[in-house]
Amino acid sequence: MTVTRGFAGRSPAGERDPRLPPGQYDAGDSWPVLSAEVTPDLTAAEWTFRVDGLVAEARTWSWEEAHTLPRSGYEGDIHCVTSWSKFGVRFGGVSLDTFLDLARPHASATHAVAYAHTGYTTNLPLSDLTGGRAWIAWEFGDGPLDPAHGGPARLVVPHLYFWKSVKWIAGLRVLDHDEPGFWERNGYHARGNPWDEERYAGD
Amino acid sequence: MTEHPPEPFVPSTRFAVPGRIVASNRAAATWQPARLVEVRRETARASTFRFAVPGWTGHLPGQHLMVRLTAADGYVAQRHYSIASPPADSGHVELTLDHVEGGEVSGWFHRVARPGDTVEVRGPLSGFFAWPGDRPALLLGAGSGVVPLMSMVRDRRLRGTDVPLRLLVSARTPEELIYADEYRDETTPVFTRVAPPGARPGRLSAAHLEPYLARPPAEGWEAYVCGSNGFAEHASRLLVALGQPVDRIRVERFG
Repeated sequence: MTVTRGFAGRSPAGERDPRLPPGQYDAGDSWPVLSAEVTPDLTAAEWTFRVDGLVAEARTWSWEEAHTLPRSGYEGDIHCVTSWSKFGVRFGGVSLDTFLDLARPHASATHAVAYAHTGYTTNLPLSDLTGGRAWIAWEFGDGPLDPAHGGPARLVVPHLYFWKSVKWIAGLRVLDHDEPGFWERNGYHARGNPWDEERYAGD
Repeated sequence: MTEHPPEPFVPSTRFAVPGRIVASNRAAATWQPARLVEVRRETARASTFRFAVPGWTGHLPGQHLMVRLTAADGYVAQRHYSIASPPADSGHVELTLDHVEGGEVSGWFHRVARPGDTVEVRGPLSGFFAWPGDRPALLLGAGSGVVPLMSMVRDRRLRGTDVPLRLLVSARTPEELIYADEYRDETTPVFTRVAPPGARPGRLSAAHLEPYLARPPAEGWEAYVCGSNGFAEHASRLLVALGQPVDRIRVERFG
């Protein structure tokens, strides 16, 4: 351990928030926007969500069709690889389990690539996308999800670093192998568990 | 069983900003000591911190690194910062940091740090905002968003290349313009609140960009936008409206 002279941190030892994974700080009321591309002009009417690949039935949902599915949501914390965490956020939409149950992945399916209407991609094990741990969300707090934050709808996988929670989500391609997405090909970790500090490949 | 590895999945939309280089995973994974050798004031709020990093493997202009500070009780704080210095500055890297109100890490740098102190860094990180110097570059920055763009300007000068490069840098006032003495005819400053005598303050506008986008170089511009989210949204929309292809606009937002 290399101690930095004169550095004590923002709050005294013993008062650090146990909700913070290692190396993270509390962003408080702010919600930084991090996306590498231009925010797309994408209306709710144009938005679609598709599940295909190794599934019994490839399907595409329109905005209206997705809204007929049972509502579900997430309330809790989110963590960005750039070191901020945000506590007690609320996302509303539909559980990803609902979409996957309708598409029925094959027994051989292990992973998925999630992709955006902008072409952004990220890879996830199916086990991180099922079991009530991932959502397609179009509400934040009590309002619609802002376009800069991925509206009309984004993927939310809050137990992983937030680059996995694809903004402007367009679909999931279900695969029988892991296939790195955009950041994963640019040096970031394949899984991105904030509690194990899996920021970069090799962590 | 397949004879060939499966084709990589390609979404129907080409991604806006394909990575240009392969980031070194080994360099990214290793924390190394960085000794502060110099602090230079740039503006009332921003200073440049120069580090000796003997193990630095080099970087491309536009890349960033992660800085880690460690308290005596083992608590760590880490932040991503863009690299200001050009790759040729062998064994050294420079960061230009705003003093953020209440900033845990920037506060330490601005209030406590002095030459001789050691922090830890890992990097360089991320290839998507890097400029390898091969394509004409149109750079739009605001505030300390100019930092990674300045690494590009400096690199181009040091290498004496004639690849076209234009920098439009937005600041609230002339006093708040970082690196003010270093700009030459490749740069157009835009002042949003207070302008020098004879000029009118105003936001970056289509009129600033039109001369470059109406007559782009034959191979087109690679556009790099860096600043607050508000600036990034505004500048990237201006570029799109003036015909710059979205898949040649790279955006780096503070946060």
